[in-house]
Amino acid sequence: MWTERSPRSLMGDAWRRFRRHRPALFGCAVLCALLLTITLGPFFYQRYLSYQLHASGSPPREANPDLRSLIDHFDLRAILKPPSMAHPFGSDDLGRDLLARCLYGGRISLAVGLAAMLMAIALGTAIGAIAGFYGGVIDQILMRLTDLFLALPGIPITLLIVYLFRERVVGLLGSREVGVFLLMVLVIGGFAWMSTARIVRATFLSLKEREFIMAALALGVSHPAIIVRHLLPNAFGPIVVAATLEVGSAIIAESTISFLGVGFSPDTPTWGRLVTDGSQYLQAAPWLALFPGGLIFLTVLSINFVGDGLRDALDPRR
Amino acid sequence: MLRKRIWTLMTVGMLAATLLSACGGNSAPMPTTAPTTAPTAAAGTAVVEPTAIPAESPTPVASANSGTLKILYSQAITVLNPYLSSGSKDLDGATIILEPLAHYNQDDELVPALAAEIPSLDNGGIAADYRSITWKLKSDVLWSDGTPFSADDVVFTWKYCTDEATGCVWTSLFANVEQIEALDATTVKITWKQPTPNPFTTFVSRSGLILQQAQFANCIGANAMQDTNCQAANLAPIGTNAYKVKEFRPGDMVIYEKNPNYRDAANTYFDLVEIKGGGDPASAARAVCETGEADFTGNLQVTKAVLEPILAAGMCDTVAGGSAGVERINFNFANPDPALGEQRSEPDQPNPILNDLRVRQAIAKAIDRQMIAEQLFGSSGVPTCNISVIPQAYTSTSLTCERDVEGAKALLDAAGWLMPEGGKVRERDGQPLRLSFQTNINALRQSEQAIIKSNLADVGIQVDLEAYDSSVFFGSAADNEHTMHQFFADLQMYSNRPMDYGLDSYFQAWICAEVNARENQWTKANDLRYCNADYDALYNQFVSEFDPSKRAELAKQLNDFLINDAVVIPLINRLTPNAKAKNLDGPTHSSFDSMFWNIATWKRVP
Repeated sequence: MWTERSPRSLMGDAWRRFRRHRPALFGCAVLCALLLTITLGPFFYQRYLSYQLHASGSPPREANPDLRSLIDHFDLRAILKPPSMAHPFGSDDLGRDLLARCLYGGRISLAVGLAAMLMAIALGTAIGAIAGFYGGVIDQILMRLTDLFLALPGIPITLLIVYLFRERVVGLLGSREVGVFLLMVLVIGGFAWMSTARIVRATFLSLKEREFIMAALALGVSHPAIIVRHLLPNAFGPIVVAATLEVGSAIIAESTISFLGVGFSPDTPTWGRLVTDGSQYLQAAPWLALFPGGLIFLTVLSINFVGDGLRDALDPRR
Repeated sequence: MLRKRIWTLMTVGMLAATLLSACGGNSAPMPTTAPTTAPTAAAGTAVVEPTAIPAESPTPVASANSGTLKILYSQAITVLNPYLSSGSKDLDGATIILEPLAHYNQDDELVPALAAEIPSLDNGGIAADYRSITWKLKSDVLWSDGTPFSADDVVFTWKYCTDEATGCVWTSLFANVEQIEALDATTVKITWKQPTPNPFTTFVSRSGLILQQAQFANCIGANAMQDTNCQAANLAPIGTNAYKVKEFRPGDMVIYEKNPNYRDAANTYFDLVEIKGGGDPASAARAVCETGEADFTGNLQVTKAVLEPILAAGMCDTVAGGSAGVERINFNFANPDPALGEQRSEPDQPNPILNDLRVRQAIAKAIDRQMIAEQLFGSSGVPTCNISVIPQAYTSTSLTCERDVEGAKALLDAAGWLMPEGGKVRERDGQPLRLSFQTNINALRQSEQAIIKSNLADVGIQVDLEAYDSSVFFGSAADNEHTMHQFFADLQMYSNRPMDYGLDSYFQAWICAEVNARENQWTKANDLRYCNADYDALYNQFVSEFDPSKRAELAKQLNDFLINDAVVIPLINRLTPNAKAKNLDGPTHSSFDSMFWNIATWKRVP
């Protein structure tokens, strides 16, 4: 006896598999919560903090302070205070609210992570696709380039580039924050595309021998169209997985650069910078390093879980 | 299988997180200082003492194997030729090998080093017309290579530094020298161009160390930094002090060993002296005061909240006295706009904002020194209104510098910098009142920067903070462009102190002739590019005055001139910046010399 069943699609299957991957669901939930908190949270939190500061007798300079001015507000009655109602994440050596700083820093850290990921994926996909599709000399050149980049020591080169070109980029763009942001994204993204390129190339190498590509070639479809319309959608799975993993490593890279003191200006509290500043006080005020460190940990862990889940879900052999 | 592992991982992670947060929760309600540190202090002493005691040799005589003196320094030494670097780190590192004619001690008195006695009017060393000074040298001094030291070496050192192509950074100390001659092997006569009341600027303290002629004879001029042999000599100068270089890794550490030819080698206590540079001050303080890994650390520039619990561990003493320098903010009188390219921060490009006295005064008034001192320095610094705080007799008492926000706002209004309706940053002709502010990377300085940024925001000035690695910021301008010498910013913060009792070279840092520029490779002392004929006149009067009481009066006037003209903003007089292990005897404070001026006599005591 036949019952009516909705047709199963590739994406539907993937989603079903993804839902069964509990760590991935957990990661998704945490990530969404973090993103929501960082994007929308400040609107509520700046009111709350402003109210708390008024109540504690250290009112902010402006009537309706935004997050940017609150992170620089000194509450001298709360120097190195542990988490409390007024300062849920505690306060630092100048009485600045750590939660406000974490929220502000989270925006930058996540923005850098996502932008660097997009850059790495775009670059990696383009290079991998060209190398994989055309093969031959082009493939050789591009893959040796990839090997070259893989052989470069990432952190020292990154530090060198940021150090050498920061002034120039900032000068060109006229704004510190934008300039440094762009440079960080370019540098982090520019050193993270290699694995994506290899994955995409490998996928393309196997796909391009399939019948449907032969058919497309025989029909005279142009090469770019074949790459974009026929090959890329089939390589979507591995790319998405690489992308998620890339976000995590980009956040770590940004934290490392900020931790080492190059990168954003010293009053921009990215998560990495907060950990650096807090590391001075591990004994007197451990929360200063633990909270931002925990946020980096949680974010990267969640993203990696999601990546794992996607890998399993998008693999049709499972 | 994989899934199972992930779950295990997660459980472990959660457990760890719970544990961590539990720890945080427990320690959280505690008062921050004493109780949390007490257990670590006890643990620290318990661990270290047993190892420390056997290390001290039971024989009281300083002989045989006396071990290593471990010193931590906030910056790493990069060169040991003291004439090619103005960094305190390099001068201090060189002081362990080389000697001047005389050192300043902890009481700001001169003590002979290579000199046999201190010249004075009474013993005829200083000429009655103040035109010359004659130094009698010790006769039994050998260089560490065994050759005898003589007056010719002193003369050579002068010739070495005053050759323009050498690139010597201390030419200013020889500016007044007309002639230096060796009357005989142990007598040096310095003749001045102008009679000088303070003849102890040349060849005295860590900025007057004597080089060996034999080693540097071929290094005068351009060879100094280019010739291979000279480069090697710059890294391992032959000296007369108690120690000589054993191993030098520039930018990291120097290991010195006993100099067997030192005149008092029998009483040199340590076999090795090791200076390790580059760690952060907090861990250096911990290494000396909590774990006992090191014996001495200079420049404890960490915030009060960090330092106090570390000192409470009780394994170290702070070395107190005088002034370790005045933490100050320098205004850039030249325009640091990067758009100017090569002309950036050149003296002929006036700073469009800071050349207005009212703006500078407003900035000085807006800054809350009291808060910086209380929140950040604690017992290691007091607010000061004066840029010259040592010697006491020369210190002005007439100035006050209370924070005055309303006064600052009024001055900015008067200068035409008005607050737009509903804005945060003042503007003039559509240009925002925006300044860049640089310093070195150091948690204390970043906290100071944050306070100052907030102070200035209160009066409508926007500040862009910038911080560079210490070795870059204090490094030589030849290597990079983020140094304090180039000063490619509107404001910069560091601390500095007079090198000699006479204060001549200290006040020289604001005269026109010392203005830093591209053409002198930024090797001069006036990084502010301040040039004021009235100040120069007062300075010339000061250096040509001979009567001590009148000199003191003029020093006060120079100080007041700089403050009233808002050339520089003194913030904090820094105290007790060094820490030594309790069993180390010898380190003293010296306001006018290296902290290692008497390193030959340092020893361990039970």
